[in-house]
Order: sequence, then C-alpha cells, then structure tokens
Amino acid sequence: MGRTFTQIAAVTMMNLRSIPDRLWTSLSTVIAVAMVTAVLLGFLALANGFQSTVQGSGSPDVAVMLRKGSGSELNSNLTREQSLLVEEAPGLARGADGKALVSPELYVVVDGIKKSSRTKANLPLRGLGVRANQVRSGIKISAGRMFTPGTNELVVGRAVSRQFEGFELGRKIRLAAQNWTVVGEFEAAGSVFESEIWADVAVLQGLYQRGSSVQSVRARLDSPASLEKLKAYSEADPRLKLDVQAERSFYAEQGKGMSDIILYLGWPLAIAMSFGALAGALNTMYASVDARMREIATLRAIGFGGTPAFVGTMVESLLLSAIGGVVGALATYLLFDGISAATLGSNFTQVVFALKMTPQLVVQGVVLALVIGFVGGVFPAWRAARVPLLAAFKEQ
Amino acid sequence: MSEALIQLKGVTKSYTRGKQSVPIFERLDMTIPQQDFVAIMGPSGSGKTTLLNLLGGIDKPTGGEIVFDAKRMDNLDESKLASFRAGNVGFIFQFYNLMPMLTAAQNVELPLLLTKLGPKARRERVNTALSIVGLSDRARHKPSELSGGQQQRVAIARAIVSDPKLLLCDEPTGDLDRETAGEILSMLQTLNRDLGKTIVMVTHDPEAARYAKRMLHLDKGHFSEKDLAA
Repeated sequence: MGRTFTQIAAVTMMNLRSIPDRLWTSLSTVIAVAMVTAVLLGFLALANGFQSTVQGSGSPDVAVMLRKGSGSELNSNLTREQSLLVEEAPGLARGADGKALVSPELYVVVDGIKKSSRTKANLPLRGLGVRANQVRSGIKISAGRMFTPGTNELVVGRAVSRQFEGFELGRKIRLAAQNWTVVGEFEAAGSVFESEIWADVAVLQGLYQRGSSVQSVRARLDSPASLEKLKAYSEADPRLKLDVQAERSFYAEQGKGMSDIILYLGWPLAIAMSFGALAGALNTMYASVDARMREIATLRAIGFGGTPAFVGTMVESLLLSAIGGVVGALATYLLFDGISAATLGSNFTQVVFALKMTPQLVVQGVVLALVIGFVGGVFPAWRAARVPLLAAFKEQ
Repeated sequence: MSEALIQLKGVTKSYTRGKQSVPIFERLDMTIPQQDFVAIMGPSGSGKTTLLNLLGGIDKPTGGEIVFDAKRMDNLDESKLASFRAGNVGFIFQFYNLMPMLTAAQNVELPLLLTKLGPKARRERVNTALSIVGLSDRARHKPSELSGGQQQRVAIARAIVSDPKLLLCDEPTGDLDRETAGEILSMLQTLNRDLGKTIVMVTHDPEAARYAKRMLHLDKGHFSEKDLAA
C-alpha cells in the first residue's frame, strides 16, 4: 500500500511538473472551466441576491392582510370597513395612545426611467397610513424628511434614487399626471422596500379614485405568535375573510418564483457550457497523455503499475479544473458581488437588489469545475493506464 | 560454462496485421548464461527489439517457454510481469528515456520507489549508482542540462540502482558520437566484468558489438553465433 502510494505520488508530481511544457493547452482548460464557473456563479449570485433582498424584506411580527385569494397586493382590494375592523383585532401592538399599529396601504405602479439603459420600467408607488413608520421597523430616513400627510410629497427608497432618473432629493417629478416633490430618501437594510416610492395613502386614494379602499393592511403584532390570533379573528368575522400572513413568509413566497426562474436559467446554461469546457479538458488531458506516452511506457517498463499513471492523470485534470473553478469564483466575486441589478418582482414592478456571493455558492461552482475535471480526466487517465509498453522503445 | 540465466525454448512470436498473422520467430531456442554479455545484431525487422521485449517481460511469446533463473516467466500475468521487471531487469534505451522534469538523482531513484527501501537507503543507493557511472557531481542536474553521453550514463545508473541480474540495452549508443559511445560501451563492459551483470544488447553497430563477449546474428527468425572473445 505504502509503495503504491509512493508510486502514485512520484507519477503525480511528474505530471504536475510537466504542466509548463503544455502551458497553453493547460491554460485554455483553466480558462474554459473558469468561464463556466463564472457564468454559473453569476446566475446563482443573481438568484441569491434577489432572494436575499425579497426574503429579507419581511418582519415576523408584521402581518400583511390581503383580500382572500388575491395572491399579491396589486390584485387585492380592501374596504375602509375592513381596515377599521382589523384595528380591533387581538394580538396587535399598540401605540402610546392605545391605538393599534395598523397601516392601510395602496399599491400602484408608475413609470420610472432607468439611469443605466434610459428605458422605462415599472416602479411601485405605495401609499402609507399615518402609523406606517411604527408598523415597519428598520426603516431609516437617510436624507431629507418623511412626507407630510395630505401633500404631494414623496420619499424614495435608496435603490430608486440610485437607479432611476429624477428621484434625487429635492427634485420635482411628474407621476400619475401630478407633480410631486421628493422630500426624503430612506434605507431599509437593503430590502425590497428600498425599491419603492412612498406617499400618503389618502392622497393616492384621491388621485387614483379609489375612494376609501386600500389594497393591503399591515399591522404590527405584539409578538410573532399573535399571528394565529389575528388569523382566527379574520376567519371568525364574515366581513373580513382575509389572507393573513407574516410579512416575512409573504415576501419569501413572492421571491421564490423569480429566484427559481433565475436558477432554472442558470443551471442549464452552465451545464450546456460545461460540455464545451469538457471538450477542452479532454483535449488537454489527451494531449498530456500523448506527450508523455514514452515516459509513461518507460515507467511501466521499469515496473510501475497502471494505477499511478491513471491517478496521476486524474489529479492533473482535477487540479487544472479546480484552479479554473477557483479563478471563476474569484472573478465572479470581484466583478459581480455587491453590484446592483434590477428585475421584475412578483407585482410586475422593479426590484433592485445586489448580486450576492456566498461560500456555499463558491462550493457549488468548484464542485461543477471538479465534475468537469473528473469526466475530462477519466478517459485520458484510462488511456494512460493502458499505454503499450512498447512505446518506451519508439522514437518520439 | 555458467548456469543459464535465461532460456528460450521453442519460442514463437507472431503479430496480427489485419486478418494476417505475421511470424517473427518460429521455434526459437536460446540460452544466455549468467554474467554473459551478448550483442544481438541483424537487419531491420529481423526481430531484435521483439526479442529484447520478450526477454524483459514487456511482450509475451505466442508459443514456447521463456525461463528466467529457473522459473518460467512467459505465463505470468501483467502484474507479476511488472514485479518481475522491477526486481530482475534494468532497461537502457537508445533515447535514454529519462524524465525531463526530474533531476538525475530523481531519475535514478525511480526503480527504488518500487522497493521497500526508505528514503535514506534510497538516497545511498542512488549516490552509489551515480558514482559508478561517474556522475556524482551531476546529481541535481536535469536531463536538459546534461550531454547525450551523460544522459545515457544516468540511464545506466537507473538500470543498475536496484541491482538487477539482467541489463537489456536497446541500441544504447545509437544516438551518441563514436567517442562517447566507446565510453558507454566500456562502462557496460565494466558492469559485466566487475559487477557480474548479464547484458543483452541489441545493436546495428559492429563496433559496438565488439565490446560484448559474443554476438548473435538474428535473421529470418534464426540465430547464427559468433564468439567475440575467441
């Protein structure tokens, strides 16, 4: 066993030391594998970033209530009576004045112009109730101030002001045939709220002729466990019959569809590209075996077995692919990690998010690279193990 | 007459080319005594290298028996043949067949990796082998930093480092100038005379063959012998 290991180590070292003799073919394999890894990780980082942004948006102690079966805020519609009934529900947190922390909200879509492409994109304009600030936690006005209720004032998420034209602090902008003034910019810990524009719900109700109806009601719970009480309350009253969800699970559900689409695009594309890299790896490793044919045959003539030749070739292939995988992961991290992207969320509005690399994603990329290295190495390694000994006597 | 190291008894060897069988030897008999130094000559295609491969356990005969040190070896499986080669045979090739990425000492050490020797014992054996071929001062040089003659001396050191009984040389001076060839052949003579190595050398060169004790001429699958020592 020890001798076999010594033989394997010796042959493997010989293989690795001879890589500089085949620098360009080896390099082409590394680059091909790096590109495949980078493409896969780019998509995974995209999906991961989107998922983190959307799923990180929710709070477990905020309840979102929609019309039963509506599925999203855009499709929902709730009456003023229903909003008022929610305020009487048990398990809700209450303000200093003893009133429930509830925010009836309107959610409409307006046009924005992307700074990057100068194309139109849908932006969510959310009308907030007067207690919205107390309902939501983790919202911070980073510049300017909150809008004044009853006026055409807006506050915009940080992502909106960065990615879309005309939303800088103090700018006047025309939305929904009305002039608005941007009076503040807010941060929401990188969540989906940073892709929203907020205004007073009453102003929007008038503007969009919604009367006193809203699309969703948010309520702060006195604890996450109180969600069940709220659900029971809603089910018990025939005037309500709402879909009640914790905000966290609401956004987790909303984000899953899109991140699944990104994943379903990313993996097949990476696998298709893998075949190209595989061809490169096979070519490199066959070239490596052919170049060392006489050396391998000489070792066999001396008395070495076929196993060291097999393992040595496999190690070379796996090493080249692993280097490619690490280079690809590093390139993805340096080029894409943290950069902003925007795509349509579940409400057909833009969600701005940052691509996010994680160690788990790097592991997935390197595993794909190693699979390419394994498949690309196994056939040439088999050839190496079966090199005819007579090749030792031939002139190269 | 010394005891036989190798005996070929009615050895037949043929290759299949397409659907045709091409015979190389038909019922070839041969005996090589211990400590012999035999040169095998013959025209191209006469089967000299094939014979060397059969003697070294690199190729198997189609028929007949090959006996090495009183044991049949023609019926060994691939793994046992590899052990046979590792323990009994040192190969010296025309183009040296050194590993270009290894130093002279590392090349010489290769056969010892197949033994139970530890690193220290291996190092000592390598130093001894290199001193025998007069290359102790080139131990850390790579083949590309050595002349053709020096490379062949490293190959000889590699062939003798595990102390095999038999050295098989395939045109060992075919790639060298006359003077260097003489040095290499003298070294083979020394190994035969002083260390008792049995040497079988295939060569085209009558001058090289003169360094052997006897010469066998192989043609059309048969030997004719000439005793050079006489």
